[in-house]
This record gives sequence, C-alpha cells and structure tokens, in this order.
Amino acid sequence: RLRNVRGKVRFMRYIYSVDKQYVGFATLPNQVHRKSVKKGFDFTLMVAGESGLGKSTLVNSLFLTDLYKDRKLLNAEERINQTVEITKHTVDIEEKGVKLKLTIVDTPGFGDAVNNNECWKPITDYIDQQFEQYFRDESGLNRKNILDNRVHCCLYFIPPFGHGLRPVDVEFMKALHEKVNIVPLISKADCLTPNEVKKLKDRVRDEIEHFGIKVYQFPECDSDEEEEFKQMDKELKECTPFAVIGSNTVVEARGQRVRGRLYPWGIVEVENQSHCDFVKLRNMLIRSHMHDLKDVTCDVHYENYRAHCIQEMTSKLAQDNRTDSPLPILPLPTPDVETERLIKMKDEELKRMQEMLEKMQQQMHEKDQ
Amino acid sequence: MGLSFSLSADTAQEQGLDLEPPVRMEEEMEGRDLFGYVGIEAVLDQMRRKTMKAGFEFNIMVVGQSGLGKSTLVNTLFKSKVSRKSCTPNYEEKISKTVHLQSVSHIIEEKGVKMKLTVIDTPGFGDQINNENCWEPIVKYVNEQYEKYLKEELNVNRKRRIPDTRVHCCVYFLPATGHWLRPIDVEFMRRLGKIVSIVPVIAKADTLTLEERLEFKQRIRQDLQANGIRVYPQKEYDEDAEDRILNDKIRENIPFAVVGTDKEHQVNGNKVLGRKTKWGIIEVENVAHCEFALLRDLLIRSHLQDLKDVTHNIHYETYRVKRLNESNANGLALSPLTLENGTLEKSDAESHL
Repeated sequence: RLRNVRGKVRFMRYIYSVDKQYVGFATLPNQVHRKSVKKGFDFTLMVAGESGLGKSTLVNSLFLTDLYKDRKLLNAEERINQTVEITKHTVDIEEKGVKLKLTIVDTPGFGDAVNNNECWKPITDYIDQQFEQYFRDESGLNRKNILDNRVHCCLYFIPPFGHGLRPVDVEFMKALHEKVNIVPLISKADCLTPNEVKKLKDRVRDEIEHFGIKVYQFPECDSDEEEEFKQMDKELKECTPFAVIGSNTVVEARGQRVRGRLYPWGIVEVENQSHCDFVKLRNMLIRSHMHDLKDVTCDVHYENYRAHCIQEMTSKLAQDNRTDSPLPILPLPTPDVETERLIKMKDEELKRMQEMLEKMQQQMHEKDQ
Repeated sequence: MGLSFSLSADTAQEQGLDLEPPVRMEEEMEGRDLFGYVGIEAVLDQMRRKTMKAGFEFNIMVVGQSGLGKSTLVNTLFKSKVSRKSCTPNYEEKISKTVHLQSVSHIIEEKGVKMKLTVIDTPGFGDQINNENCWEPIVKYVNEQYEKYLKEELNVNRKRRIPDTRVHCCVYFLPATGHWLRPIDVEFMRRLGKIVSIVPVIAKADTLTLEERLEFKQRIRQDLQANGIRVYPQKEYDEDAEDRILNDKIRENIPFAVVGTDKEHQVNGNKVLGRKTKWGIIEVENVAHCEFALLRDLLIRSHLQDLKDVTHNIHYETYRVKRLNESNANGLALSPLTLENGTLEKSDAESHL
C-alpha cells in the first residue's frame, strides 16, 4: 500500500511538472486550420493537350462543375488559321465551409495545326508572365493583397491512340518541366484494354526517363506514417501516368446513379477504380497533394525563375554602362528601385571585401618585414 | 484496256437484289419458251471461270497517324496477317522521321478465288511536330503508279495483262476526337480526293458513345461538304438509280466508326472477334457495337470491283488525259518528268499519239 501511495505521489508530481511545462503551442495547427478555412484556398490548374482528348470533360468531372457550358467548337476552316490561345475560367467552390477559388487555364489550339513548331511558346510565355507579375508584386510596396496567379499544376493529356510519347509531347514537356509541375495523363482510357493500358504506361514512363523529363514527383512518405498510408502512396506512384476517363453525364449502373459513359457493350464508371485511375488522380490532386503542388511551385519553380531573373538583371547592368538601357524582362518603374538597392548592396559588399583584402595584405606585408 | 471484269451481277445475286434477267428476248416472245434460248447467260459463267483462274489484284492504301490501328484493321478485314507490321521481323514501334511508303503483297485465297492483295502503308504521316506537306510523298506515289500503267499501255509490245499497281482505295484514319476534322485531315483529303478514292473511317471508335458518334459523323460530313472534298462513293459516278439508292445509304453512314482486333473471346457460347475490357466485350463484327462489318462489306463484299472500276475509268483516265494534254502543249511526245531511269521513250509514245 505504501508503494502505491508513493507511486501516486510521484505520478501527481509528474503531472504537475508537465503541466507547468505545457506551453500550448501544440494547438498551432488547429489555429492555422481555422484561419485557412476562413481565408480559403486558391489553386490554378492548367490543362494542355490537343483538341478532343477530353480535357474539358475531365475538369468538369474532377470539380463537379460545368465550366464549359457556352463553349463553341471551331470547325476545320476556322481552325486552319487558329493560333494557340490561353483562356482562364475561375470558379468558387465551397464544401463543408471550406472555400476554394479554382482557376482553370486552358490552351485551345495547342497541337492542332498542321505545323505545330513551338506551339508551346504561348504557354511558357504565360507561365513566365505570372511569375513576373508575382515577382513584381512581391518586391512592391502593397503586399497585403498579392494575387497569386502562378500555375500550380499542369495536367498534360497524352492521346491513348499512339504507342507512347510523340515528338510534340516530348518537346512540350521538356519546355515546361522546369517551370511548372507537370502531371502527365493518358486520356480517353476507355479505348484501351487493361493490357494495353499497362503497356502504354510502361512505355510512357520509360520514355519520360529516357528523355530526361522531370514530371511532378510525389513526396516521400514520412517514415512514421501508417503502413496503410505508405501502401496507398506506393500504389499511387506505381500507377503513374494515370489513365483517366471523364464524363459529363450520369448513368445508372448496378442500381446506382454514377458518372459514366454508356456504350452498347457496357457502362464505364468514372469513379470505379478498376475501370480507370480517375479517383487516384482526384485524390492526388485535391485531397492529398494540392498543398504540396503549391509548395513546389513556390519553393522550386518560382525561386528558379526569380534567381534566374535577378542574375540576368545584374549581369546585364554590369555589362551595360548606359543608364537608360532597357532592363531585360521587367519594364516597370519599381524594378529600378529594386535593382538599385541590389546594386548598392553588392557595391557595399565589394567595398567591404576590398577593405578586408587590403588589411590582410598589409598584415602579411608587416609580417614579412 | 486492262482486264477488269464486272462481277456486279454476281455480287448482286449474293446480296439478294433483284436483277432483270439478262436475256430480254425470252420475255418478249411469250409462249415460245425454249425456242429463243440463246444461252447468253452462259457467258457469265465463262467470265467467272476465267477471272477465277486469273485472280484479282487489289491495292489498298492506309493513311493515318501512328497508333490509330491501321495494321490491325487491315489484318481484321482480310482475316490474315497482311499488314507491314506482321510481316517485318523484329518490328519496333518507332515514329519515323519522314513519310515513306511501304507496300506488302500477299496472295490470299477463298473458295477457289485468288486475290493478290497489296497493302501500302504510310508510316510517319502526321506524326511530326511540323507536318507541312506530309501528304506530298503520297500524292507522288499515287501519280507514279498511274504513270507506270500509262507507260505500259502506250508500249508497242505491251503485256497481255498490265500489272496493276494503282491505288484502288485509300482508307484514311481519323482519330476519334468527337469534334471536327483537323486541318491536316482537310488538307490531305482535299488533295488526295481528286486522284484516288478515299474512304474515311473513324479509328478506335470504342471511345465514342452512340450519340457522340452520330454527332461526330454529322460534323465530319458537314466539314467534307464545306471543303468540297469528295469521298467514295462519289455521287457523280452513280451509274443508275439502283446504284444511287445503295450508295446513298452508304453516304449517310460515312465515315464508318471502326474497331479492329485479332483476338477472340467467348460471348454467349460463341467465339467472336472482340476487345475485352473491364466493363464489357466490344464485338468487332456486331453491327450494334461498331461499323466494322459495314466497312468490310463496302470494301470487299460489294464494292471491291466498283472501287477498281472507278480507279480505272475515272481517276486513271483523268490522269491520262492530263498527261496527254501536257505533252501536247509542250510539243514533246510523252516524256514524263518523273521517269526514274530518265530514258525518253519518245518513239513509242509518238506512234500512239
């Protein structure tokens, strides 16, 4: 009985001491969560690929919207002279109190012409423009209401009709893989048997590696995650590129109403995991990796752009002696302030280093004597 | 000029179409049944026997981007491995950098009838980033075959049966996008439609639902009309009302939405050609699923001879007239610029002009 009492006292003393040390910042994640819910999220998704690969249908299926209601398809004559355009649709989605401002950037005209040389240039230009805009805003004076229009993810649609990547696919992805997170998809996968899907996926994965294309990589699981989560993550990674099917219509299958496509030989259910990888894509894009996509965009792609930009500016100014030389890329007034500040910083650093060098030289000289 | 026997009577019989009896004389002379029997209908039998001995030639060209199922479809059509893919050892599916044409010939036989089938493939068409003028090698090839035939025809000592390498039919594969014709499709068909019979098909059509298929076909037909593209069977070449009715029905359905395969599966106790997916089996020869059977009937069972006739009587004649006019205008006797060996067979041609 004595032992019990001593044990109890020790236990009470322990609790009391822990209590004293309990600061309470473990609630921070909850606070962040609450603030984010109030503020809402934004996400910019780009879809790229030739006409007729089901891009609009997939976007509608992913976000359960009808973004392309008023779209008119161009006929061949109109398309002969069409150039690649960039169009934006923004929609606000709310689910269980969480708001998402979703922007879809579409690229009509990509790959549709007879001569598609550099048809990706308007797209790379657009992405660079968004980075430039953000760079300017970030360096500006009013930073409270920065609009983040940077493209967080680019879904690239590979046609299922081929035997792997085509020249235009390779060139497009190589032009963009260092500017945006590329997630390649095999579109309209309902024209492939399970064997054909597997063959095509293997082929595409091999070619992506062969050509050195850096597609979006899922982050590694933390070692302390549950086994189930690790298993799911492994399955997800082995399944890429995802073979997807989209649908704007609801059909009746196995007694339920589901999103699907009705054929004379059967019904394809978009959300049936044995039919296609739509659910995996949706889970990855929205439920598990949306935040990581944004992080990689900010931490990697944008930083690369910014570093490259600054480097170009300072090197150009070092070469040019004229004061009215046009700055590469950024033509607006604020960059002058920014670059002047940078130059001043560099000048001061140089001066400091020179002074140090002189001092060292003097010391050595004195030593010698 | 060449041997092209018309077997339309034979095929019509197969189809169960009513044909007027070949001998009108019997009808007019009522009551005298056996008196006027000349036996002209026996000529049909003779023709049939001769052509069976001689065999047929059929040259089919397949054009379309890599991966649209051209080789599979040709194999399925002729129920044998006749495509370039099946005949090349160590075949590797790589996109070639230029458009070059390859032809593979086979002799296939059915019920005593022999056919020399040549499949001309066009790898590299439409696969590059810049596809400008990718149709030129194909136009050149078609014209070269006409030129070869023309030269042989104008020869003094010409062969009894001129070897026919002319393209009788060009099957053009459209990807099942569901939207409209793409610029490359329009450019190709506009140019080739003038010199060869084009049969456009929607490839890998198992990705379109029935409504999407109908809408797509309608839009394609509109596009074809708007661009002045004439595909087979051309309206102008319908010979009589009967043909027109038959061909109108076909014209309402082109382009055919096809699916091809060489694998068989069990469906309701029968072995059928089909594609097995997780949601069902697509039966290639089932008209409710896809229009492969209609295409096969058009190309082989009902219009094969017609395709050859149209090629010979219309496309080839157009080419011939153009060449003869050209040479007349130039004052030169037929000296084609595309002759490979460069020799001018002036004397031969002059004697025939």
